[in-house]
Order: sequence, then structure tokens, then C-alpha cells
Amino acid sequence: MTAPVLELRNIDKSFGPIDVLHNITLQVKAGEVLCLLGDNGAGKSTLIKTLAGVHQPTRGDILMDGQPVQFSGPRDAAGRGIATVHQFGGTFPLMSIGRSFFVGVEPTKGWGPFKRFDRKTANRIAVEAVQNFGITRIDDGDRLVGGLSGGERQSLAIARAVHFGARVLILDEPTAALGVKQAAHVLRIVNEAKRRGLAVVFITHQVMHAMAVGDHFAVLIRGAIAADFHKGEKTREEISDLMAGGESMADLEAQLGTNATV
Amino acid sequence: MQTARGEAGFSLGTLIRRPETGSLIGFVAVYLFFAALGGAVFIGAPGWSSWLNIAAEVGIIALPVGLLMISGEFDMSVGSIVPASSMTAAILCGYFGFAAPVGIVAALCVGLAIGYVNGILVTRTTIPSLIVTIGMMFAVMGLTLGFAVLIKGSTSVSYVPDPLTKSLLGHFINGMFNVSIIWWIGFVAVFYFLLHISPLGNWIYALGGDRESARSAGIPTDKLTIALFMLSGFNAAFVGVAQVMTYQSAQVAGGQSFIFNSIMCVVIGGVLLTGGAGSVIGIVLGTMTFAVVNQGIFFAALDPNIGSIIIGALLLLAVLSNDKFRALAMSYSKKK
Ligand SMILES: Nc1ncnc2c1ncn2[C@@H]1O[C@H](COP(=O)(O)OP(=O)(O)OP(=O)(O)O)[C@@H](O)[C@H]1O
Ligand SMILES: [Mg+2]
Repeated sequence: MTAPVLELRNIDKSFGPIDVLHNITLQVKAGEVLCLLGDNGAGKSTLIKTLAGVHQPTRGDILMDGQPVQFSGPRDAAGRGIATVHQFGGTFPLMSIGRSFFVGVEPTKGWGPFKRFDRKTANRIAVEAVQNFGITRIDDGDRLVGGLSGGERQSLAIARAVHFGARVLILDEPTAALGVKQAAHVLRIVNEAKRRGLAVVFITHQVMHAMAVGDHFAVLIRGAIAADFHKGEKTREEISDLMAGGESMADLEAQLGTNATV
Repeated sequence: MQTARGEAGFSLGTLIRRPETGSLIGFVAVYLFFAALGGAVFIGAPGWSSWLNIAAEVGIIALPVGLLMISGEFDMSVGSIVPASSMTAAILCGYFGFAAPVGIVAALCVGLAIGYVNGILVTRTTIPSLIVTIGMMFAVMGLTLGFAVLIKGSTSVSYVPDPLTKSLLGHFINGMFNVSIIWWIGFVAVFYFLLHISPLGNWIYALGGDRESARSAGIPTDKLTIALFMLSGFNAAFVGVAQVMTYQSAQVAGGQSFIFNSIMCVVIGGVLLTGGAGSVIGIVLGTMTFAVVNQGIFFAALDPNIGSIIIGALLLLAVLSNDKFRALAMSYSKKK
């Protein structure tokens, strides 16, 4: 059996005296979606920042393809194919789709000091890449990223990561700010990335979204893995209860005296 | 197929999407206003030369100040680099008697050096560039005064340039148009290439959009910032040199007007104060608008205070319409 693309073994992370992650062991395989669930402050963002090379683990090992690795920084991790897409997707709302797609790796024409940014090629490749992901509404590379819907922006960012050869795609709450339709959109893109053989780490608060795409689930409570299970092993209620920190959702609802939305 | 339509060019959508549309409207309105009041003289060569001379001086500085603003930084030190550079050139050539090229190169190096220090301070510390460059402005002003008094014993130094230098940097074509106008056009071409044609332009927009993301995308953000500050130091020093060659003397004071004037040109030209958006054509239009108001006042025989009021109103209008046009550009899509 092939080694997981990315693996964490007994990872601890503290910021000075504050312990945030305890003994995290996790695996992500190619063509699989790992959903990271957990309440606010559970340590999800810290965990993925460690995966993306932003933080160095205090203890423990990170392995890629079975080999121990140490990321010197986010660029190192990115160079090894780990791509992070943040909540709002494109971070350059005032740039055009073509320009933002190629930030830092601009296609050029000409030579030496007279190199020209090849706008046509940039626009064409960017539009093709997004359309390949099924977002056919994006057909003009000159449009500003800020004019896209939240879901389209996420899709653009994911398409960009895949285009530049990402093997691990980390999505930090990509659906949090989106309506039902837009979220469905992003979930489809996640499925498409998975179909193309990427390993996806998907962070969310919404159990429904996790269940729609996840193959493997890990629930984080106060920095430790409280549960680690596969698709079909737990019901939605059980997962919700786990996320609420062991208290059952029904109890919470009773306390609040309302019928909280599920 | 989409590229074909993208190239079609002059559709309403493309026009609205262009950041300089607002600046163009502003320029045309202001020009027509003063043309109506200023009469034939303003529309003729005397009018054009008077506002173009002003535009060229401030425009040469506004270009790099605009690029810096697009990248998310301010440069207030330009106001003291102009006199520092003219003083350097005047002391070396006028007082010590060096050949003109020596003074010119030294003066430009002073500008580059100040820009370099600005860039280092901005990238190595967390102090905002607004504060760093204000501090730098006072420091350079003090140093300029100190050296001038120490060496020459006065706050002004005169220098009569040789004919070649004079004709290149301080000549009035037809007795009216300062050669700086031609230099300005040259700088516009260079800056247009930098921002809109070379891949570097993309880096500048990305830097102003989000510094962290730009860095993680592999852009050498610190080097780029330092280079941009050096560009603005260079251009401010260039204007200082041109001033000595034109007026044949250098003053310790003077130059402060460039600080706000250059920023006004840039903002009227549609550059976003918070960075990330703007264009060279816009900066040029903003500069021309500023210069037309600045000189139009005299031709129209209006109270100079009215000129200040118009500039102030234009500035507010520009900031408001920048937002408006940006919103339009964002919401624009071909399909609807
Ligand atoms: N740089 C840091 N220094 C000190 N403490 C930190 C740092 N980063 C995160 N923490 C702490 O670690 C804990 C986990 O934070 P983290 O952002 O990882 O949570 P999260 O699960 O992503 O929460 P949310 O769902 O709200 O995004 C929090 O208590 C936070 O205060
Ligand atoms: Mg978080």
C-alpha cells in the first residue's frame, strides 16, 4: 500500500507557555478528503498552519510520502505541493483574474529587461483552468477577482492551486461565509479535486458540508484528536455531539430552550 | 473566442473597468471650466506652456509616488529630496567648480541613497512609511540646511550651467515650454512600461493588494519596496537638478509643496489610498488636472484661494468617484 501523502506523528505545538495542540496523529491520502471538525478555538487553524509550514511543530514528525520533512516556511511547504486556500479565496480583489492567477509566476514575452507580461496567455490559461473545474460562468480573464461571488473565488483559488501542481489542498472553512448554493458549488469543486487525485484537508464547522465530501473525519477538542473515523461510521447526530465537546446536542438545545438549527 | 472579445477594446464595459475613466472626466471638466474663464490666452500656447511646465515638475515626482501608493506605501520625503539634490549639485558645481555631470550624478545619488534608507527603514521595522518618510523629510531638511551653512555660509547657492547642460535640463523651448516636459514624457513611458507591461507591475499590484500573500507567492517584497523608494528618491532628485539648471540657483527651503501636490495628483488620478489599484495614465491625468487648476486660476483672474478650494473639492470628489468606479468595475460582467 502506498504511503499517505502527508502524515503527522505525535505533533505537539505550543506558543510559549500556551499548549495548543497535543499529540496529533493524522494521515491524508491521495484522492481522499480529510475533514477536520472542531469548535472555535479547538486548534484547527493552528494545525493546518503547521501543515502549511507557517508554524514549526514543537515536538513530533511530519512525513511526506513516508519521508520525514521539515518545512522551513510556507514557501517551502508550497514548493513541495502543499497549497492553502483561505476563507475568501483570492486575496487580491482588485486584480484581474488573469493577473492574480499568475502572481509571482507571470508568463512573459520578449527577453531581458524588456520582458512583457503576457496578458492574453495569462487570461486564457486562468479561464481554462477554472472552466475545467466546471465554472463555465467565468469566461473573461480581465474581470476583477473582487467582482466574483464567494464560491467562484474559492473555485478560482482551488483551480489555481491544482494548476500549479498542488498535491495537498488545505481549505480553511471555505464554505463558512457562503449561502447554500455557493457552498454546494465549492463542495463540487472539492470533489473534483479529489477525483483528480489530490489529498484534501477540509476544515468546517458545518457537519452537513463535511458529510457531503468527507472520506475520513477527525474531531479536534481543545487541541487533541477526540475522534478519528471513516465515512459511514457515525451519524450526523453523533458527529454534532462530538463537535459540541461531548455534550449532546439535544442537551444544548434543551439548555437554550430553543430548537437550534442543525 | 473570449480573447477576441476582450481585444474588441472600446466597449462601455472596458471603459468603466478602466481606473482612469473618472480622472479623464475630471480633467476634461476642469479644462473646459478654465478654458471658458481664461479665454484665448489660456487655450493658446502661453496657457499650455504654463500648466505643462508645472505638470512636468510635479508629474515626474508623482509617477513614483503613485507606484509607491499602489504598492501600499507613502513617500513624504520627496519634499526635502528636491532641495537636497539641487543644493548638492549647486555646491559641487557652483561652489567647488566641478563639471556639471559630477554634480548631477552626485545629486541623483543623494536621492537614491535617501530612497534606499527609506526602504530599509520601512521594510526592517514596523513603522508605517508615512511616519518613516516624514521623519526622513525633517532629517534631510536639517542636513541640507546644516551643510549649506557649513560649506557656503548661506541658504542659497547659485550656479550658471554650461550651455549643453542648460539646454538639456533647464532650457525653455520657444521661450515657453520647459524641457522638463520632454523628460516627463520620457518618464511616463518608462513608468507605463514598468507598471502595465513588464511582469514587475503585477508584483506592485499584488504587493499593494496583500503583502503577506504576495510574499508567499514568491515575490521579493522587501527588495521591491526598497527599489520603489529609490525610484521616488531618484525622480525627486532629478527635479532638484532640473531646478538648479533652470533657475541657476538652489535654495535650502522650497520643495515642501511637492509633498502634498504629488499626493494630490496621484489621488486625483484614481490611485487608491490604501494601495492595490491605480494606473500611470490616471496619474498623468491627475497631474494635468492639478496643473490646469493651479495655473488656470491666474488666467481666469480668480482669487488664488478659489484655486485651493477647487483642488480640495477635486480631491474629495476623486476619492469618492474612485470608490464608485471601483465598485462598478467589480460588479461589471459581460453577461449582463
Ligand atoms: N500565535 C499564537 N500564540 C498564542 N496562542 C495562539 C496562537 N495561535 C493560536 N493560539 C491559540 O490557540 C487556540 C487555537 O486557535 P485556532 O485558531 O487554531 O482555533 P480554531 O480551531 O481554528 O478556531 P476557529 O474555529 O475559531 O477558527 C486558541 O485558544 C488560540 O488563542
Ligand atoms: Mg480557525
